[in-house]
Amino acid sequence: MSDAPLLEAEAVTCRFGRVTACRDIDVAVHAGEILGIVGESGAGKSTLLRCLAGVVRPASGTVTYTDAGGREHPLHALEDSALRRLARTDWGFVHQHPHDGLRPHLSAGANVAEPLLRCGETRYGRIRTAARHWLEQVELDPVRMDDRVRTFSGGMQQRVQLARNLVTEPRLLFLDEPTGGLDVSVQARLLDLIRQLVARLQVAVVLVTHDLAAVRLLAHRLVVMQQGGIVEQGLTDQVLDDPQHAYSQLLVASELRC
Amino acid sequence: MSAASPGAGPLPGYNFAYLDEQTRRMIRRALLKAVAIPGHQVPFAAREMPLPYGWGTGGLQITAALLGRDDVLKVIDQGADDATNATSIRRFFARTAGVATTERTDAASIIQTRHRIPETPLRPDQVLVYQVPDPEPLRGVETREAEARRMHAAADYGLARVALYEQIAHYGRVRQAYNHPVIVNRRYLASPSPIPRFDNPKLDHSPALQLFGAGRERRVYAIPPHTPVHSLDFDDVPFTVDADDTACSLCGATDTYLDEIVLDDHGTRRYLCSDTDFCRRNRDGGPDHE
Repeated sequence: MSDAPLLEAEAVTCRFGRVTACRDIDVAVHAGEILGIVGESGAGKSTLLRCLAGVVRPASGTVTYTDAGGREHPLHALEDSALRRLARTDWGFVHQHPHDGLRPHLSAGANVAEPLLRCGETRYGRIRTAARHWLEQVELDPVRMDDRVRTFSGGMQQRVQLARNLVTEPRLLFLDEPTGGLDVSVQARLLDLIRQLVARLQVAVVLVTHDLAAVRLLAHRLVVMQQGGIVEQGLTDQVLDDPQHAYSQLLVASELRC
Repeated sequence: MSAASPGAGPLPGYNFAYLDEQTRRMIRRALLKAVAIPGHQVPFAAREMPLPYGWGTGGLQITAALLGRDDVLKVIDQGADDATNATSIRRFFARTAGVATTERTDAASIIQTRHRIPETPLRPDQVLVYQVPDPEPLRGVETREAEARRMHAAADYGLARVALYEQIAHYGRVRQAYNHPVIVNRRYLASPSPIPRFDNPKLDHSPALQLFGAGRERRVYAIPPHTPVHSLDFDDVPFTVDADDTACSLCGATDTYLDEIVLDDHGTRRYLCSDTDFCRRNRDGGPDHE
């Protein structure tokens, strides 16, 4: 890990009308690191993620991304076209619901191909090979690559979404509750898959979830949010095994143990 | 020009070419902007025309804005001069502007067209006006209008090739028979109005000015003369026009775009040139003969 963080948020506050969704958030993600963000429903996790990804403009504060060349990009001061370029070349964003991140009327292959096409690839053969390769990487049968995504099961759709976001080999991946709505066995396989791919590709990840088992498995560092603010952050094992803040203690205590 | 009929003078009570002068100026200003930014869709304040949407209100307004008293107008519908749409538009301008009309491509100064480019090569002093039913080339892949405009602004056109990818993946080749999107002047993605693929190469470096009007969507765009127009494709699956050596059953031409006419329910078919003017002059002893 290098010293300069890949993505750094300073004093980020985000409001929707009278509601303050995130309050004075400082957080940093380093290269190759997996940062988990946990907290109860409505704590501002997803809003923070969308601020970090440049989708939502914060009321105050800055989010700075450092690219592979060491150049700093203040996300919310960038022109729309520059932000779009970063988003398609350097990042991936996996949505909680596959239909937010996929084009369900297109085939699985086309869904994986689209980010490559948007990055300027103009050779059909290359695109086809890459799409097949990445569908295999997420353990989908390439026989189904020309089937429409809407005919796939929820777990398969989520894997197509993962493939679509990894095909451009991003440096940073945003995961918004990637296992939400899936049954437990599918969740376990998907988490295992994410863990393997992320470790192999050395991609940095910001993972939002309320599933403590998921962060225990994946995250190096953990941020606990409550009512729009960060109440505790530290190494995952440290926070989960020895929570300091009352809310973290409550959260850990409420985890189901089998 | 024997084919050109002399104008009988405009209809009393109407301004020349139906639209009032301020409206014609407004449309010409939009057209100037469209010519200055080839392929870019320019909004304009489309008026209601005495013609239903989908029948060429966009093209009609462009023609009305451009017409001068000395112009000779030709109107075609799918290549034919005698189809309902072409006949009614031609008569509309003959009555409201009193301009001369013709069926001959080489005699016309303004050609309003629905879905075809004439077979006869165009000249620099001619203007081709297209009636466009759907000006947004990204509509099929991105339904959000605001997002489509952002994609145009950022020249973020990867998604447009996804449709071609799907066709090659499913059918082994691009199956888009018409409305194959083009990149104009290496910058803007544009819908060629639904002309057949066969006509796409004629868009490229055309000596004539090409103007596109969509009345319902209130947009105009343009391809100025001698502008590079590239049909969207892949490097390893280049754009091609389907080769076909079927001959026109009237004039015998094999290098024109043909209409297929089913004659009975036993599969008997006839093929005719879609461009009726070209076909007739071909029969009369070649397009250069009178």
